[in-house]
Amino acid sequence: MKVSHHIRFLHKALIAAIGLLFCPSVAAAHLVTTGMGPVYDGIGHLLLTPEDLVPALAMALYAGLRGRAPGRRALFFFPFAWLLGGLLGLFANTMPIFPVTAFSFLLLGIFIASDLRLPDHAFTVLAAAVGILHGLLNGIALKAGPAGLGLLGIMSALFVLVAIVSAIVVSLKPPWTRIVVRVAGSWVAAMGLLMIGWFFRVQG
Amino acid sequence: MNFCIWFLILAVYLVWTPSAQAHVEQGQAVGFVTGLEHPWSGLDHVLAMIAVGLWGAQLGNPALWVLPVTFPMVMAMGAMMGLLGIPVQGIEIGIALSAILLGAMVLGEIRPKLYIAAILVGFFAIFHGHAHGTELPPGQSGLLYSMGFVIATGVLHGIGITIGTIHRWPAGKLALRGVGAFIAAMGVFFLWQAII
Repeated sequence: MKVSHHIRFLHKALIAAIGLLFCPSVAAAHLVTTGMGPVYDGIGHLLLTPEDLVPALAMALYAGLRGRAPGRRALFFFPFAWLLGGLLGLFANTMPIFPVTAFSFLLLGIFIASDLRLPDHAFTVLAAAVGILHGLLNGIALKAGPAGLGLLGIMSALFVLVAIVSAIVVSLKPPWTRIVVRVAGSWVAAMGLLMIGWFFRVQG
Repeated sequence: MNFCIWFLILAVYLVWTPSAQAHVEQGQAVGFVTGLEHPWSGLDHVLAMIAVGLWGAQLGNPALWVLPVTFPMVMAMGAMMGLLGIPVQGIEIGIALSAILLGAMVLGEIRPKLYIAAILVGFFAIFHGHAHGTELPPGQSGLLYSMGFVIATGVLHGIGITIGTIHRWPAGKLALRGVGAFIAAMGVFFLWQAII
């Protein structure tokens, strides 16, 4: 009884969070200054950068689809890999030319849409790889601003995000609810394809 | 409990500090809204996408979700082809034919094998994606436009599926076939417009 009560609360919290994310605001791909310090700048960077937020949500959805154990693993591996990548990024100098984040969209989207049952170790590698990749890009971007503390903010926000979203997906019981998650995955994959297209359009 | 939740939402919203940007961003949020609006801007697209949902609802599981999953992914491939400059001939004719054939499938309550239905839907999705995916107004974010575009397409499928739930009643079945006939007839009109 108590558990279902918490799940209902999580459902409402997720709806509220989604509502807040769609509040009219500037979606900045560059540094966000909240005025509340570097940790909050990092949180703001994650929440207002769709290139990072969507793959993070997708990772959480996929972890939830895979079940409790992978969900727990993603909860720890993913944010820490992101932090590790970010720390490496603080020492890197150049941003990659190709939109590598498009591949996170594409890969995670396809995995979610197809409900692919990756072996445990492969899932862990995936979570770590996506985390390191996005963390690296964040580290390069945040170097001139909130730097390490900003990364800490991002990691904290990721931990909460993955915990809430994957827990909700794990709790989904009716088959149609898992289908909704898979449909969302197909949308993420479609966005990835379009990102690749836009990249070449701009380059051309 | 509900009061606490709403109070929490309100409190977070009120303390949500507006971003102080180093420079003024333009077109980002507009890009999302433009993408969201785009699939609704042409009746031919709207009817074809709703028809996908209707047909999926008629066919039931797993087509109910396989078709709406197939469509946006292949549509994005079509858009990517457009963005890469790969030409597709007869776009308008293809879109009109999609309305005719998908409407006819709903009208006849035709039940092909799942992969055939998915191939049919995917084939026409290329035309829809090629036509709409490339039309980003200058100064707007490609990613946010894509997000809005894909979400709006999904919503249109969802509307089709929701309407398609009337299929469970005998009168609903008939009404659904009537909607299919309407979509097919409109497709003929679009085809006539495309050819003339």
